[in-house]
Amino acid sequence: MTEKPATLQATPLNALHRRMGAKMVDFGGWDMPVQYSGILEEHHAVRKSVGLFDVSHMGEIEIQGPEAFALTDYVSTNAVAKLKIGQAQYSGLLYDHGGFVDDILVHKIAEDHYFICVNASNQEKDYEYIAAANRHNAKVEFAGGRYAQLAIQGPHGPATLQKLTATNLSAIQYYHFTDGQVSGTAARIARTGYTGEDGFEIYVAPEEAERIWDEIMNAGQEFGIKPCGLGARNTLRLEAKMALYGHEIHASITPLEADLGWIAKLDKGDFPGKAALAKQKEQGVTRKLAGFEMTGRGIARDGYEVYLDGAPAGWVTSGGPSPTLNKNIGLCYLPTDRAKPGQQIQIMIRNQPVDAITVPTPFYKRAK
Amino acid sequence: MYPANCHYTEEHEWVRVEGDIGVVGITHHAQQELGDIVYVDLPKVGGTVERGKTLASVESVKAVSDVYAPVSGEVVEVNSLLAASPEKLNEDPHGDAWLVKIKLSAPSEIKQLLTAEDYQKYVGAEKSKH
Repeated sequence: MTEKPATLQATPLNALHRRMGAKMVDFGGWDMPVQYSGILEEHHAVRKSVGLFDVSHMGEIEIQGPEAFALTDYVSTNAVAKLKIGQAQYSGLLYDHGGFVDDILVHKIAEDHYFICVNASNQEKDYEYIAAANRHNAKVEFAGGRYAQLAIQGPHGPATLQKLTATNLSAIQYYHFTDGQVSGTAARIARTGYTGEDGFEIYVAPEEAERIWDEIMNAGQEFGIKPCGLGARNTLRLEAKMALYGHEIHASITPLEADLGWIAKLDKGDFPGKAALAKQKEQGVTRKLAGFEMTGRGIARDGYEVYLDGAPAGWVTSGGPSPTLNKNIGLCYLPTDRAKPGQQIQIMIRNQPVDAITVPTPFYKRAK
Repeated sequence: MYPANCHYTEEHEWVRVEGDIGVVGITHHAQQELGDIVYVDLPKVGGTVERGKTLASVESVKAVSDVYAPVSGEVVEVNSLLAASPEKLNEDPHGDAWLVKIKLSAPSEIKQLLTAEDYQKYVGAEKSKH
């Protein structure tokens, strides 16, 4: 067994991943498992049964105090006023020009307490952004080191986790959470995920992470649970058309372009980027995110050029094989008037144009 | 693990000489590093390739990787099995899942490649760096 490179950050489960023989990669400065048994096998386990992911690299920021609502609502694009205690909300942090600082998940713990889950490689930036906007005298804490985060995803995810907790999981609706216990340790149990399947994300103390991981693996054994890496996480989220920071969204992309207009509530109070979005909406969005399937032979990858009528017209933000659909799929930016399903496009693959067609998204939607 | 009758590159290709033909593939180590292989882009028969230049592309679920020509010459055959069954590259990289056959234009290039024993050592050393 080899040690992780000293320059990379590690989650509390790093030693376990290495001991178990996971293939490790540098993911935005974090030493993370890209796969255990294989991306395809892990992907299918999540779609058909259950998979377990270490997502402790994700960051957490806590906002507390009488001014917690005012600050949270001001910095984020979605309507925090609509959140009930025990509910989670997908949202964005924007620059004044309307581009993304990050996409986030806001959890309302109490009237005066919000818990925000953010992307690993953005966590310091997000914390500074929120702290700088804190004219409200709320308490803003960087809490990344306080939690390990595990994702139990797939149709047998609830049954797996239920064995380890007295909390009635069926009472937790999608995008809701509760504070309870898992295997005798305090856990925030959220019915959220990044795979397009049912399942939970739990937050536990870092020192409990290895034990909880093992308990979940044992509990899921009867369902054939698989430990999963970031490779499967990516193919799963792509099929479900969930945005990945640095790909579909980044500093030069607005929520309106990214087909995420629903998280930017222009009818609420002011937030950074609101004026820019209002102006963009009025003037018309010039490019939009679209899903596509390859019709010719080849696989589109992040960064490949998209051609319309023989000329460059956009770029691929994410692309690859879809193990569930057995097709090669992707997401790309196209001029708005050409971003509807049914548009013939070409993807430049190794200097050769290969045919593709835009399709409705998400590519995969689980049966309810 | 690595057949002794083949020659290897540090980029993880192998070549087996049969008369004036070099049969080329990627190594077990390469397929392991790539993970699940889902697509193989092979050159056209009749084209010429130059040692060290891109010969083919192998795509795993995660990424695309170039395969470099370990020897120079003319492509005389490509493995048609891989179009329908790219996963064979994971299963049998040193056997059925060879990539191309090249008619050697500079047979002396073979001498510059690694032996199976040297390649095994090279892979072992590379692994312990991680």
